Amino acid sequence: MKNTMAGMASISLPLPLRARLSILCCGGGGGSMIHGFGRAFSSSSSSSSSSSSASGSPTTMHAAINSAITHAMSEDPTTLVFGEDVAFGGVFRATTHLREKFGPRRAFNTPLSENGIVGFGIGVAIAGHRAIAEVQFADYIFTAMDQIVNEAAKCRYRSGAQFPAGGLTIRAPYGAVGHGGHYHSQSPEAYFCHTPGLRVVMPRNPYDAKGLLLASIRCDDPVIFLEPKALYRTAVSDNVPTEAYEVPLGKAEVVREGNDVTLVAWGAQVHVAEQAADALREERGATVEVVDLRSLLPWDAETVCQSVSKTGRLVVTHEAPITAGFGAEIVAEVTNACFTRLESPPERVCGMDTPFPLYGESLYVPTKLRVLEAMKRVLDF
Amino acid sequence: MSSAMALSSSLMRLGASRLSSMMGLARVASSSSMSNSSSSMSSSFSSSSAASLVTTSLGDAPITIELPRPYDTHLCEPPSTTVTTTPAEIEKFFKTTYLMRRMEIACDVLYKGKFIRGFCHLYDGQEAIIVGIEAALTWNDSIVTSYRDHCTHLGRGGNVKEVIAELLGKAPGCSKGNGGSMHMYRKETNFYGGNGIVGAQVPLGAGLAFGHKYRNDNCVAITMYGDGAANQGQIFEAMNMAALWDLPCIFVCENNHYGMGTAEWRSAKSPEYYKRGDYIPGIKIDGMDCLSVKQGFAFAKEFALKNGPIIVEADTYRYHGHSMSDPGSTYRTRDEISGVRQERDPVDRMRKLLIDVVGTSPDQIKAWEKELRKEVDDAVEFAKNAPLPPDAQLYENIYVDGKGIEARGVEISNVNVLG
Ligand SMILES: Cc1ncc(C[n+]2csc(CCOP(=O)(O)OP(=O)(O)O)c2C)c(N)n1
Ligand SMILES: [Mg+2]
Repeated sequence: MKNTMAGMASISLPLPLRARLSILCCGGGGGSMIHGFGRAFSSSSSSSSSSSSASGSPTTMHAAINSAITHAMSEDPTTLVFGEDVAFGGVFRATTHLREKFGPRRAFNTPLSENGIVGFGIGVAIAGHRAIAEVQFADYIFTAMDQIVNEAAKCRYRSGAQFPAGGLTIRAPYGAVGHGGHYHSQSPEAYFCHTPGLRVVMPRNPYDAKGLLLASIRCDDPVIFLEPKALYRTAVSDNVPTEAYEVPLGKAEVVREGNDVTLVAWGAQVHVAEQAADALREERGATVEVVDLRSLLPWDAETVCQSVSKTGRLVVTHEAPITAGFGAEIVAEVTNACFTRLESPPERVCGMDTPFPLYGESLYVPTKLRVLEAMKRVLDF
Repeated sequence: MSSAMALSSSLMRLGASRLSSMMGLARVASSSSMSNSSSSMSSSFSSSSAASLVTTSLGDAPITIELPRPYDTHLCEPPSTTVTTTPAEIEKFFKTTYLMRRMEIACDVLYKGKFIRGFCHLYDGQEAIIVGIEAALTWNDSIVTSYRDHCTHLGRGGNVKEVIAELLGKAPGCSKGNGGSMHMYRKETNFYGGNGIVGAQVPLGAGLAFGHKYRNDNCVAITMYGDGAANQGQIFEAMNMAALWDLPCIFVCENNHYGMGTAEWRSAKSPEYYKRGDYIPGIKIDGMDCLSVKQGFAFAKEFALKNGPIIVEADTYRYHGHSMSDPGSTYRTRDEISGVRQERDPVDRMRKLLIDVVGTSPDQIKAWEKELRKEVDDAVEFAKNAPLPPDAQLYENIYVDGKGIEARGVEISNVNVLG
């Protein structure tokens, strides 16, 4: 069921990055399943997954996101895209040309008002639109927390399903980039995972970004879609179909198979995980099953538990601080479901319980080395 | 759009550096002597006069100057446009704005040389605002601002070394290297810092003003924000509270006419920011003229102490792009930028007053400029050679003493909260 061609990531970027990322992304697997072709959609999309993937071209993360939004706006005239400087293309170029293509009534700038942007988005979603709201950086999303947690997530429930805000998708770039400091680096996913009614989605490469974003926009639940900003231009998927496709929400992907440790990650951290997996194979000959969660809420416990039942060992890694990070949820669930299969206590390799630092970022982030050490610990237990 | 492209390509540079630093070993910081150097530095500026940033040599015989631009007001009578000043004050204004200008230009160079990383917002063009404010207030009045805060720190008596060291994330920086460009602080002169989240500081200003009123200390709080930030909801919440409780709060909208790439009229239904408090009086001042700012703030302080909050809109301009990744020329014309530089530049305005009104010789001015440039150059050298903060500082200052968080080495997978 895995199609290693489809989402295979390769890299086109300046040299220092190329060296590392080509190890990260081309080391095997990187495959993405193609799902959901033709769901409520045009005839061309019913062609088979593998032949469609062959028609794709190398695509960066921001272009893949732009393409998903373009499809969504083409297929449904109620779809709107808005946010700070979005009509100018956005800080990361994810919304370039949308105003030219769809007009200023459907692709427009908002004032600097995150709480207003999200609240407005809920309103237009309730009124029947597909609303794609951009929050310029995930670090600014906290200004809109009330609208997200108290309104978007609860509209459907409290109105007896009369007024869901399901048409709303909130996109925000998240994660470490090198020197972003306190307010351009955070990974806020766990806050939203604590909120029933939301979906939380985090892609690791352009192929998934396009498929997951389109699935998110079409999905009738409000979605928080967090994009790894370090990868906007550096990650390239070779075969992103030019046509629309979905990568299903709520489904993890086994990025590479292995027998000795299950390593769970999402977003940009999947690349660190793959690198650590390579290193472990080199050092110990042990094989790691790398699982990309892709959706965090709801999350695919089944795929993770199946893997841990096979390997008996679990390491989870994420950039966000360790305490009450989403890794805690995974470890709790796996410990319960796979208790008799576990060979060692699960480990988490995460950001520290500190604000995201300005200097010393390399000490903060869960690096390949730290993931590797944790995997050795669970192997040697 | 190409400004957006530039922004994103700059972030990619950040990405590159992150990845290379991840490949390399964690740097080891030397921690020796950092606390010494920072304390000795700040103590040399702990006097209570705002004049200490630069020294002056000219006399203090009063001069009166007629401001070229009248004040616009909302629900209050404008102050007089006749300003009293002295040669020494004009000298101080010139030297301070010039020093700030040179510092920001040095930051630009340091950024391009990759000594400063991440987010960095320059204040050049807007210097007259902080200089004029400090001439009208005391350091007992509180001030809180946005991320465009390098010069605010100088205005509050900090020095160029502390600012640049902070920008480089070095130990002698004014926030010990923890804050960087957006987070300068100076407790001893009531500078409550720069803030990264747009608009977040404005309600804090209302709280600071409440403190002044409660202590009955005859001081005001200044809370500064941009024209873009003026659209954040929490600003209106803060204004209502300040008015409801008659707080001595001066809301200062630094209107440089753009919030990132967005012109004021694209994002604000009413770009008359001094009127946007509705029931709160307001005044619009020429934010490119130290004297207009000084007079306006003397008026605003007196007004706020007597009546409660007031909004001051300072009409100004930023020469650089929004941040270092924005060339600043895609959403405004080069003519617009050069027009402001020629007609309204705050440094030139003071230079011209020195020459035309005070009678200072151009050679004298050149000599001052040379000294000030050297001060900046020295500060750059100082900052480059300054030590990084010790690694342990990453886990300190999160809770009060004794409840800090300690990491077990660099390859930790866990952190330990000490009780
Ligand atoms: C809550 C929040 N939203 C967005 C941003 C990104 N951002 C930083 S500065 C800025 C523009 C602010 O413009 P303005 O208030 O006019 O201040 P100026 O930069 O002109 O001094 C934006 C959108 C942020 N830092 N915080
Ligand atoms: Mg502005």
